[in-house]
Amino acid sequence: MTGKRRLHQQISAHNPGKIAVSDSVLSIRGLSKAFGGLKVLTDISLEVSQGEFITLLGPSGCGKTTLLRLVAGFEKPDRGSVYLDGVDISSLPPEKRQVNTVFQSYALFPHMTVAANVAFGLELKGFRGRELNDRVNQALDQVRMRELADRYPGRLSGGQQQRVAIARAVVNTPRVLLLDEPLSALDARLRRDMQIELKRLQRELGIAFILVTHDQDEALSMSDRVVVMQDSRIAQIGTPREVYEDPANLYVARFIGDINLFPGTVIGRNGKNELQVQIFDRRVLARSDKALQPGQLVQLLLRPEDLRLTEDAAEKVPFFWGSIMERSYRGSTLDTTIHLDAGPVVRACEFFDEDDPDFDYRVGERVKVSWVQGWEVVLPDEDPTH
Amino acid sequence: MRKSLRLLFFCGIFLYLYVPIAILIINAFNLNRYGLRWDGFTLKWFTAMAANPGLMEATRHSLTIAICAASAATAIGCLAAIGFTRYRFVGRRILQGTLMTLMMAPDIILAISLLVLFVGIGIALGFWSLLLSHITFCLPFTVMTVTARLQGFDRFLLDAARDLGASEGQLLRRVVLPLLRPALLSSWLLSFTLSLDDVIVSSFVTGPSYDVLPLKIFSMVKVGVKPEVNALATLMVALSLVLVVISQLLVKERDKNGKNK
Amino acid sequence: MKILRTKTAVIGLICGWLLLFGVVPILMLLTSSFLSQDAAGFYRLPFSLHSYRQLFLDPGYLEVMLRSLKLAALTTLICLSAGYPFAWFTARFSKRQRLVILILLMIPFWTNSLVRTYAIRMVLGTHGLLNKLLLATGLIDSPLRLLYTDTAVLLGLFYLMLPFMILPLYANLEKLDYRLVEAAHDLGAGPLQIFRRVIVPLSLPGIFAGCIMVFVPTMGLFYVASLLGGARQLLIGNLIQQQFLNARNWPLGSATSVMLILLMTVMLAGYALIMRRLTARGQRS
Repeated sequence: MTGKRRLHQQISAHNPGKIAVSDSVLSIRGLSKAFGGLKVLTDISLEVSQGEFITLLGPSGCGKTTLLRLVAGFEKPDRGSVYLDGVDISSLPPEKRQVNTVFQSYALFPHMTVAANVAFGLELKGFRGRELNDRVNQALDQVRMRELADRYPGRLSGGQQQRVAIARAVVNTPRVLLLDEPLSALDARLRRDMQIELKRLQRELGIAFILVTHDQDEALSMSDRVVVMQDSRIAQIGTPREVYEDPANLYVARFIGDINLFPGTVIGRNGKNELQVQIFDRRVLARSDKALQPGQLVQLLLRPEDLRLTEDAAEKVPFFWGSIMERSYRGSTLDTTIHLDAGPVVRACEFFDEDDPDFDYRVGERVKVSWVQGWEVVLPDEDPTH
Repeated sequence: MRKSLRLLFFCGIFLYLYVPIAILIINAFNLNRYGLRWDGFTLKWFTAMAANPGLMEATRHSLTIAICAASAATAIGCLAAIGFTRYRFVGRRILQGTLMTLMMAPDIILAISLLVLFVGIGIALGFWSLLLSHITFCLPFTVMTVTARLQGFDRFLLDAARDLGASEGQLLRRVVLPLLRPALLSSWLLSFTLSLDDVIVSSFVTGPSYDVLPLKIFSMVKVGVKPEVNALATLMVALSLVLVVISQLLVKERDKNGKNK
Repeated sequence: MKILRTKTAVIGLICGWLLLFGVVPILMLLTSSFLSQDAAGFYRLPFSLHSYRQLFLDPGYLEVMLRSLKLAALTTLICLSAGYPFAWFTARFSKRQRLVILILLMIPFWTNSLVRTYAIRMVLGTHGLLNKLLLATGLIDSPLRLLYTDTAVLLGLFYLMLPFMILPLYANLEKLDYRLVEAAHDLGAGPLQIFRRVIVPLSLPGIFAGCIMVFVPTMGLFYVASLLGGARQLLIGNLIQQQFLNARNWPLGSATSVMLILLMTVMLAGYALIMRRLTARGQRS
């Protein structure tokens, strides 16, 4: 558990979410949408550049699928516009947009063979004969489905249907490919394989992918940038590392990965990048450039892998006494649950190392819980009930 | 023991269902006019049937009505089903409720209410009154069949077609209609059968100018055994056998490439 | 714009059709039942309750109605007691067997019902198969008079209506999760208890649907009663047919039909009520 360097130490001045407009393919500006008075999207803006892999991440009902359907043209926005290559396409019907969708249920035409499904879009655009054939075959090759070209979708497995759905969309050379929870119907192992395959395909095609998912692992492992959505709004846009290591708020922190929270109060500021925070009976220094005022309630966020368990921590480092509640062996890591004397229960996660004498903790044993200073994230406490 | 009891039960039911039909068919080829005993094989009742102008005319009329009613009911039912599935509108549930009630209503109620209507608004009893009535009692069945099929679709299929560039017309021609084909065929067959099978509605809403098969048969057999009727009935059984086979093939076709898993 | 016009046309067509050929005729029927008899023009003003009075006070009509109810109830009961085991066993068969059984059931169902009634008559006749069989086995000495009895009508009604009972029951029982039966076994219930406390409550919607599909239409099958039951008026259907086509007393015929409509409405309402209670229970659990 060494060598981990926090992101904000490297790129503290990074301003996430801003991409130079010059290479932007898709530009979403101020989109709002309500269904029967219920706001589904509120003032959404997003720039997608050529060849970028973007994930829309959020729980069900946060509006991510609606955003996708607005881009595809199945819904009309109440306010705002969608630009494709600088042209406003907000009022175009789906069939006139150079954007294609891979549907959650695949939506393959059951009365057409695999090849006919893939050829459908091209035929409507007037492709015939040899060229049509070549392009269909090429798309089927890309997803490794050439052998099953004459099958009907009803006779394919879920993974195979998924590949056909992708081929049917990409064969039309869309500027942006939209994928609505494409992997949610697959089992865990197949899902991992398809994730890798999707990444490969995206690299080969060089077109922008926008993928909707509620699975944070999927979002972190696949995307160039993650758009975390919360109740119809964008909570944060950033690279996977940014959203994991420097979450914009408690919602994003809770949604992505496991967390430990230490409630505290801001005491004062030491220079531009350091805060004094009172946590339980201790005053600790925390790195933060956020505009937090003395007296404000905050939460100190620490991931389980950030916590250290020792019996003799140096007094300089912040630490809290606690007793071990549970130890669980998870193969590569060892998880420890500690009940802090100050009240909260926290979880630490360490790489398994049998040579380390400290690994011999027993339940009930007293330990000091500490962390490497500078790895903490200070977030304003929005919801004191948590 | 329990297995053989069960077998006996099924045999009993099926015997009860099939023996009368079998006797009917046997007697159609029986020289003995009254079917009292087997006197030898003959086809003369079929010849007699073909030579009976009244019976032939009624058959022609019945087939005409059945074909017209099945086609119209399927067309209207298909449109209605697409309307119900695609559009949201006020009173949609009431409309569906009315359809369901119409389907459940005993034929005799439909028959006399239509009779009262036709007499009330001055439509002469004959071809048109018969056709309109038959379309009406077939309609709920066609709407239900097509609706069930439409609801069986992946709801994103139409979106997918639009996404790939299909216009409204292409959508209908290349996706919706091909997918509905088995459902349309089976509603047609069902309507055709219902129309041919109907006795009650036809008895009330047709006039002397347009005699149909059930009425003709009814008046012929009311007083005794008519071997020509046996012959005709045998043909009708054969026809329904063919229809059942076709409809089963349709079900098979639908299962084969019908639904996405 | 184009879609909107199509929508209006489609909805207008179906609404118009149902209104003209479904709702309006029933209203006209209802109205005519309150009118007076007119030999020439079918019915005329003034409004009167004469037909209803006739229906309830004339012992002849009352008797027909009661007999009709009795026959329909008996038919329903017989169909249920034969149809329930049929549907239950069929639902437990393998997929292939089920298909064969259902096709075998459908073939007579798709054959003209008048033709089938006529076929039944040939079996039941004095020289029919049944009498021959009974005579041959020595169970009887002289042919039974089966035709033109209530029993014959009952047998005919059962013959025609059985599929209408089996199909809804089958649709319901096929969906029944057999593991529930196994769970009941596991918890110590005997076959009878399982049937009474698990299977029947779960198949209640199917039972009700089947009974409605059999009970009400049965009363309208006048031709079965005419062919198998002779000249006597056995079913409400015969009464209606006679009033409309022979006696030309349309108001009385209409009033009789209104009774049938009321009966159907009550049964459908009961069915809806039970279904709602079942769904509500489903939502709670």
